[in-house]
Amino acid sequence: MSMIEIKNVSKWYGDFQVLTDCTTNVKKGEVVVVCGPSGSGKSTLIKTVNALEPFQKGEIFVDGVSVGDPKTDLPKLRARIGMVFQNFELFPHLSITENLTIAQQRVLGRNRDEAMQKGMHYLDRVGLKAHAGKFPGQLSGGQQQRVAIARALAMDPIAMLFDEPTSALDPEMVNEVLDVMVELAHEGMTMMCVTHEMGFARKVANRVIFMDRGAIVEDCEKEEFFGNIDARSERARQFLSKILQH
Amino acid sequence: MDFSQIIPSLPSLWDGMKLTLQLLVLAVAGGIALGTVLALARMSSNAMLSGLAKAYVNYFRSIPLLLVITWFYLAVPMILNWITGEFVAVGAFTSCLVAFVMFEAAYYCEIVRAGIQSISKGQINAAYAVGMTYSQAMRLIILPQAFRKMTPLLLQQTIILFQDTSLVYAVGLIDFLNAARARGDIMGQSHEFLIFAGAVYFVISFGASSLVKRLQKRLAV
Repeated sequence: MSMIEIKNVSKWYGDFQVLTDCTTNVKKGEVVVVCGPSGSGKSTLIKTVNALEPFQKGEIFVDGVSVGDPKTDLPKLRARIGMVFQNFELFPHLSITENLTIAQQRVLGRNRDEAMQKGMHYLDRVGLKAHAGKFPGQLSGGQQQRVAIARALAMDPIAMLFDEPTSALDPEMVNEVLDVMVELAHEGMTMMCVTHEMGFARKVANRVIFMDRGAIVEDCEKEEFFGNIDARSERARQFLSKILQH
Repeated sequence: MDFSQIIPSLPSLWDGMKLTLQLLVLAVAGGIALGTVLALARMSSNAMLSGLAKAYVNYFRSIPLLLVITWFYLAVPMILNWITGEFVAVGAFTSCLVAFVMFEAAYYCEIVRAGIQSISKGQINAAYAVGMTYSQAMRLIILPQAFRKMTPLLLQQTIILFQDTSLVYAVGLIDFLNAARARGDIMGQSHEFLIFAGAVYFVISFGASSLVKRLQKRLAV
């Protein structure tokens, strides 16, 4: 059963087409990695899934709910989808505890105790329980991103979207974030991840999507994507040779 | 120069200062509230709403405050008369307050707008992503951060307004300046009382302004 279904999605900024007829799906429990050169539209595509980016043509369904339908209650739908951003986007004026509980209380209507319990549970899971009283600015980038993951998980999402979660991190902090993501994948979380971390893709992805100039060029099983390089498109091979060189 | 009558006159001058401060506090609160609404309207994707807000701001920033004060003194009772159908005495204080709120809102709007725009788009996306509505995202995430950033500018504007409250003399309100002038005339020490009033305005405005500068430095770190 498809958790996320993207059907013939196109998007324009004025005359400029940023997404061209994109079609793919993410099944329940599946981990799909989206890669491609910068400007290929991968971040835009993942943001259309929870309607942070509108699109003009095509359809997207999340758990059967149409994202593009004007009648859809978007806040309600978004509350069910976790999202992790490149620049963490913790709320800097709120403590870590408040970051973890504010949406649980204000959006899901949980009471304070319940929200605290859930928030602390996930903060503990990402190994940062000792930092509960601090503010985001007092944490390293890697720690902030782990809090951001905990914030999303505390909402009990049906799927998680990751938009280049490690691109803004110093190299030594990349692994602490990837470790959390690998653990999540092993637990069966449905995940769509825009990332250049091919090690992560090899380890946990079921499928890899390669995008270029707004279009999905490759969409295949991980084994096929990495195992049979010669069968890949010219552009995908070029991209892979560049990022796998070192 | 003979300042001997100032000390005995302090109670009546203080009455004037109380009116000045009352007017200031209410005008700032109302001005920031209306200014925030205008800023949100101006940034709205609804072209009519943002056009109206823009016209409002441009209009009030292009006319003298004294004109607004005198005009509202005449207009507010008339408008209320239209609405309620009966004659309501509003009084100079209320009409001045309305004038200040509406005038200052245009200035506060631009400060608030700049404050909101200084918050990265990622923050609103993050607020939406956890399921917040537009109003929740604004109230809980964007405005608290924006207000923190624009506190120095809001305070500077408030200091300007503190001085501008003296314009209420035009409709006969006894604020601090008007009290000093009236008292000076009675005591036959007009110059001395005006010099004293000027010193008070200077100490309060300059003192507050220096505090704001220090605050600005601390916030910048």
